[in-house]
Formats: sequence, structure tokens, C-alpha cells
Amino acid sequence: MNDILNSDLRGRIDTWLERFPAEHRRSAVLGALREVQKEYGHLTPDRMDAVADYLGLPAVQVYEVGSFYTGFKHQPVGRHTVAVCTNISCWLRGGEEILAHIEKSLGIRAGESTRDGRIYLKCEEECLAGCCGAPMMQVDHVYHENLTLEKIDKILGALS
Amino acid sequence: MIQHHNQMCFATLEHPEPWSLKAYESVGGYRVWKKILAKRPPRRDLIEQIKSSGLRGRGGAGFPTGVKWGFMPDCDESYLVCNADESEPGTCKDRDILRFNPHALIEGMAIACYAIGAGTGYAYLREEFGDEPYRRFREALREAYGNGMLGPDIQGSGITVYLHDTLGAGAYICGEETALLESLEGKKGFPRFKPPFPANYGLWGRPTTVNNVETLALVPGILREEPGWQVGTEKSRGTRCFSVSGHVSRPGNHELPLGIPFADLLELCGGVWKNRELKAVIPGGSSVPVLPAKTMMELDMDFESLAEAGSLLGSGAVVVMDETTDMVRVLQRISRFYFQESCGQCTPCREGTGWLYRVLTRIVEGRGEEQDLEILEKVPGRIEGHTICALGDAAAWPVQGMLRHFRDEFEHYIRYGKSPVSPA
Ligand SMILES: Cc1cc2nc3c(=O)[nH]c(=O)nc-3n(C[C@H](O)[C@H](O)[C@H](O)COP(=O)(O)O)c2cc1C
Ligand code: SF4
Ligand code: FES
Repeated sequence: MNDILNSDLRGRIDTWLERFPAEHRRSAVLGALREVQKEYGHLTPDRMDAVADYLGLPAVQVYEVGSFYTGFKHQPVGRHTVAVCTNISCWLRGGEEILAHIEKSLGIRAGESTRDGRIYLKCEEECLAGCCGAPMMQVDHVYHENLTLEKIDKILGALS
Repeated sequence: MIQHHNQMCFATLEHPEPWSLKAYESVGGYRVWKKILAKRPPRRDLIEQIKSSGLRGRGGAGFPTGVKWGFMPDCDESYLVCNADESEPGTCKDRDILRFNPHALIEGMAIACYAIGAGTGYAYLREEFGDEPYRRFREALREAYGNGMLGPDIQGSGITVYLHDTLGAGAYICGEETALLESLEGKKGFPRFKPPFPANYGLWGRPTTVNNVETLALVPGILREEPGWQVGTEKSRGTRCFSVSGHVSRPGNHELPLGIPFADLLELCGGVWKNRELKAVIPGGSSVPVLPAKTMMELDMDFESLAEAGSLLGSGAVVVMDETTDMVRVLQRISRFYFQESCGQCTPCREGTGWLYRVLTRIVEGRGEEQDLEILEKVPGRIEGHTICALGDAAAWPVQGMLRHFRDEFEHYIRYGKSPVSPA
């Protein structure tokens, strides 16, 4: 366990524990998994076990959270997560064309990562609450709104 | 035309750093909270004030906020939860409150904690807000603690209020209040059966009030008796943040008096884009029934007028569609969303949303059959009212609305395998 949850990571998980009453360590599961994912890029059974151990929970309680939420990744993915909104307001203003353009220019489909490990194109179902700036996308949760094809090429090109 | 614009939730918008404590204080921020700290009024008095202000929840259902607060019993452990999961498609106003006026939310949460008798409040932000909105909110929380507005025995008042920020992890359903509570407990976001309601059995089984960001951000201004609140209609009081998106020239969030004519709102957004005609509007987020242009152009934007017209004000998301819009495809897109996001606990929702999406896909692909209209008519009625949470209703209503107003487009699609609307 200690190899996975180094002291820095444990400290970060503790900041989530501090938000909740001491008897409700389970509440920190989402936060803990997020910190672990931030550190390693994706979750594995070992990493989830380490979280379960640290929080003192049955492993299944951590697995079920890990598999329920779409923010958790279970395979290695590209360094930057790109999520294109194709929900209703973006759809009305060309969100699907934006997604198709990105798929074509990166040579991957939504849900895949580029071979150089640079970009993970998330399969996004949700509206990302940037509807008044449609069409829009997020890169690592940073909003890019009122997209045009030129704008996208520039944004993606600048990712290292 | 419009006099009261951005005066409550967005009151700091003209300030160079609208999110700062300085900006918030310059518009009267924290005055109410400081007064409460100094005078410790009976909590029930505050509830009465909120009741008589006419404030109704901005999260979707429009439930009277003071009444909700009044359900909270006197006890030693209870909680306030701010729903900042903002995820109803078309809605993007809570994000702007978090970015531009986080202190209004913090003061609103502190006041609400006091009024319901809670010592702790949690703000649950969707994971996708993890960058700017979350940073702004956290920074504001830090400022509020640093300035002695929060914590134990605040300014020697004997009042203790702790506020915490938390983040989701990606799930639309966690916007539903009981799913959100499950998520805060570190579980999957499965909505709970109601009753018991959160005021009896909420976070960790304790009495809990769940309110939307906008609802809470309005509270300080209401208690300051801001003139900006003295607008609206008899039953729809005050302002509302409308997120106007889709086919308008200038989409945007506008905080305006409830009851303003839709025509004025449209004009404020530069009218329909590309000089096109208005076709239809989804007036309260993707889950409410669509209304045709003719109805909308004569309609006022308040709870009652929209209900009378057969729709809902919902989350205040106004999605505008021009004459080139293919309504069958719109509905297919909306149905895909509810199908994907159904948590799967209830059979009518899990199976029904799948049926709707598959039938609509078949129609869009030119493989529609005569009986498909019948399926689209029957399935929503079997979902609506037969599920644990309102996602089932949210999946049913758009279908019912579309068939009510645009049935001919579905018939045409089924008969000829394509849309009657010529694409842009
Ligand atoms: C499927 C579903 C999604 C919801 N999403 C949200 C949301 O993103 N934000 C929100 O404030 N309320 C949402 N609600 C409504 C909440 O359940 C709850 O009514 C609301 O947060 C109460 O706050 P209010 O009284 O201040 O409106 C949703 C409801 C359902 C059924
Ligand atoms: S109505 Fe749908 S989303 Fe809500 S609890 Fe039932 S299955 Fe889950
Ligand atoms: S519909 Fe795209 S951000 Fe809301």
C-alpha cells in the first residue's frame, strides 16, 4: 500500500477526509480516487485497494464508485483530456461537426487516445454548462467556448 | 426596455474583479450575515422573511424555499447542501455565479445554515467545474474564513458555521438531490426513494436541506431588501437567471425580472440568428416540453405562464431553435442523453429511455414504421410517475411536447424516410 499511496498522496487524501466528520471516512472515496488518478493517470484494482485500505473500507465500496462515475479512467489515456460537448445547445450550433473535425485531425475516435500519448478524446455525453458559449469543449476542465475549426487547431496544436 | 438587469446574483459584474470580497462588500455583501452574528435573531424569523419574499427554488422544481427551510427540525446535527452540480442541458448560470460572485453564494449558505439550524454546509460542484469555478469558489471560501465570517464561534457570537467545497466525479444523475447526498456519502449516485425527504433523512441520515446555487445566492440580497428583488409577478417573485442558448445572435446569461415577455428576452439576445424565423423554444432546460414560436412570442417568462402553456420554467435554460431545425433529430439527441444517464435502478426508466432512443434512431435513419408513433405515444406515459426520481419524467416530457406540437414532422419522417425541413 505504501508504495502506491506515498506520503504526499496520503496528505492530499487527508484534505478530503478533513471535510467530513471522522466517522464518515467513506465520504472521501471520490476525492481519494481523484487524487490517485491525478498522480498515476488512471485507476487499477491495486490502486483502488490501496484507497480502500487507507480509508478502512471494503474494497467493493471503492470499486463501485470507481466504475460508476465517468470521470474515473481504468486504462492508460493521453496526457490531456479533451471533452467536446454535443448536447442540445452545442448540437444546435455545430457541436457534432466540431467533434468530427477533431476525430479526423487526430486520427482517433471519441474514447481513444492519440498514439503519442498526448491527447485523450473523452466520449462526452453530458452538457458541460457552457451552453451560452456553444459550441464548446474542455481541455483538462478548462473551458474553450465559441469554437471555430481554426481555433480548435490552435488549441490542440499547443498541447504538449 | 429592461431596467432590472443583473442586480441580484450578478450584482458585482460591473466591478473589475467581481469575484473578490471587496467587490462583494461594495454592493452590500455580508451586511446581513454580520447583523445576524451581532443580533442572533430567532432562526424562524429568517425563515418567515424568506417565505414572505416569495423565493422559489431555482434548481428546477420551483419549490418555495422558506417552506423547505421550515421543514427542518431543531436537532444537534443537521446539514445544508448546495447543489452546484449544474448539469441540466442548456443551463450554465450557476457556473457564472461561482466564477463571478462566489461570495453571494457563501453568504447565502451561511445564512441558510443559521436559518435551518445547521452547523455545516457542503457545496457539491460537478467535477467539470474543477478548474476555474472551483478555484474561484475555494479562494472566496478562504477569504471568508480569513475575514472571520466562518468557523467556530464566529466573532464571539456563539454561532458556528463551517462551509466546505466538494467535487463530484462525472454523473448527470448526481444533480438529483438524493443522488447527490449518496455521492457526498462516497457512494454511487443512486437516487433514494422519497419519502423520507432530506429534511427528515438526508446526509448520513440527518436532517438536510438541499438548495441550488442561484437560490442560495439570492438570499443575502433578498434580506437586504434590494430593490432588484421587488420585481416579478405575484407568484413568481424577483429575478431569474436565464441562460439563453441555441439559435440566437448573442447567447448569454441574463438575470431579469420573472415574468418578462419572451419576446423581450429574445430581443436582448439579438433575436434569432442569421435573420431566420423562430421555430420553437425549450423554455426550461432539455427536460421540459418544447413550445412553438407562436406560443412563445406571446408568453411571459414566469412559473405560472409557462405551466399554463404546457411547459415549465425548470432550470431557466432557454434553448432557441430556428426554422431550419429538424425536430425529430432534436428529440433523438435529447433522448440519447436520458438513455445514457439513466442510473438503471427503475425498470420503466432504464428500459423506457432505451426504447425511446432506439425508436427515434430508427425514424431518423429512415427505417421508421407506422407503429413507431404509437410507441412514442405510449412509452412516456409508462415512465412518467412510475420511477424513483424525476429523471424518468425528464425523459418523458420532451417526447410528449414534441408530439403535441410537431407531430407532422414525425409522420413525414416515417412515411418518406426524411425530414420535411430543408436543412440550413
Ligand atoms: C435528474 C435530475 C437532475 C437534476 N439536476 C440538478 C442540478 O444540476 N442542479 C440543481 O440545482 N438541481 C437539480 N435537480 C433538482 C434537485 O433535485 C433539487 O430539486 C434542487 O437542487 C433543489 O434546490 P432548490 O429548491 O433551490 O431548487 C435535478 C433533479 C433531477 C430529477
Ligand atoms: S428514474 Fe431513472 S435515473 Fe431516476 S432512479 Fe429511476 S432509473 Fe435511476
Ligand atoms: S449544451 Fe454544450 S455546454 Fe451545455
